[in-house]
Amino acid sequence: MSGHDHGHDGVSRRKVLECMTWAGTGVLWTVTGGVPRSLGIIDSAQAATAAAPGMSFLQISDSHVGFDKPANPNALGTLEEAINKINAMPAKPSFMIHTGDITHLSKAAEFDNAERIISQSKLDVHYVPGEHDFLDEEVKFYRERYGRGTKGAGWYSFDAGGVHFIGLVNVVDLKAGGLGNLGAEQLAWLEDDLRGKSKSTPIVLFAHIPVWTVYPEWGWGTEDGGRALEYVKGFGSVTVLNGHIHQVMQKVEGNVTFHTARSTAFPQPAPGAARSPGPMKVEDAKLRAMLGVASINFKQNEQRLAIIDTPLQG
Amino acid sequence: MKTPNRRDIGFGFGLVLAAAILLPATHARADDVEVHIDNFVFQPAELKIKVGTTVTWTNRDDIPHTVVSAGKFRSKTLDTDDKFSFTFTNAGDYKYFCSLHPHMTGMIKVE
Ligand SMILES: [Cu+2]
Repeated sequence: MSGHDHGHDGVSRRKVLECMTWAGTGVLWTVTGGVPRSLGIIDSAQAATAAAPGMSFLQISDSHVGFDKPANPNALGTLEEAINKINAMPAKPSFMIHTGDITHLSKAAEFDNAERIISQSKLDVHYVPGEHDFLDEEVKFYRERYGRGTKGAGWYSFDAGGVHFIGLVNVVDLKAGGLGNLGAEQLAWLEDDLRGKSKSTPIVLFAHIPVWTVYPEWGWGTEDGGRALEYVKGFGSVTVLNGHIHQVMQKVEGNVTFHTARSTAFPQPAPGAARSPGPMKVEDAKLRAMLGVASINFKQNEQRLAIIDTPLQG
Repeated sequence: MKTPNRRDIGFGFGLVLAAAILLPATHARADDVEVHIDNFVFQPAELKIKVGTTVTWTNRDDIPHTVVSAGKFRSKTLDTDDKFSFTFTNAGDYKYFCSLHPHMTGMIKVE
């Protein structure tokens, strides 16, 4: 696999797909020339060498610790496999983001178990909550553990490697018939947070539910996500990351790149490909090929919504 | 009664006991009704019932759901096979939804 130039236009689609077929557990991003680029899945040697010069970070998502149904009876075990792969990386990323659904039922023990495994990566982890992390009656377990220094239901921003990172929460106050929701207070905060920032500052927005509309029939989108995107539109480089749909999707719109991560727990069907977005049951031998997160090469001139459906093992 | 599931095998006594306790409750009123959650859908999505009827929702998905009617009733998070019941004592239209998957909606018309 070495020697592939992901940015080269002459690379055939087939070759690009081959580059995405490593089994992996998280997306590794690197910031080169101020632009975050996904490099590949974390256990590829290529990603490791390419990661060396600049700042790099990792995304994992939807660990659903506590999930024990046939689609994956041991979600904690596959999370641990993911973390073991991260630990085996020759070059450590600077930090990790987790885009929500850490737990399945927001139980204290589930948060404890997740923390015990994820902390083995010895990486700083920046979280945003998924709807499964807000199921306890008082909605306090997530906030007590991860909400320190955050605003509202858990939104915040920070700077790293010249990039401005913004973690958003779109899983509260969901309205009947609606999609994910950011709410007026958070949007006002976002507008304020971006005020005065140089337009050349690369922005990474991350949230659990897609901020862009992926498939409203299954609630895969954010009602007022367009407002958030308005605020970041003027920036030179914007990367929007999310989880929730347990599969890789990418869309490029002008300077904005949208990227959806895989789950470390169980796969979900492609939009409309099943009766519901519920967990997809696959043969045991195939499960691990559908977990983790594959890498996607950015093609700035592609406007279409790409549903990347590739076997990851082999 | 449903067919005993695997957990019940070897617990015949428990099963009989459970049946003894459950049967009178579930058959208390002939017109009490059930709504199932299957594949992220409330079935039936719309129900017409009489005042005093108890509706019981059962989540048959692998994913947790809730049953919420703003200001009227709100279930806890229902894991697989969990149930929630509500007795409708006032006439009216009750729109409800799943607060985790808000595209899931249903309606109970009480007359
Ligand atoms: Cu989710």
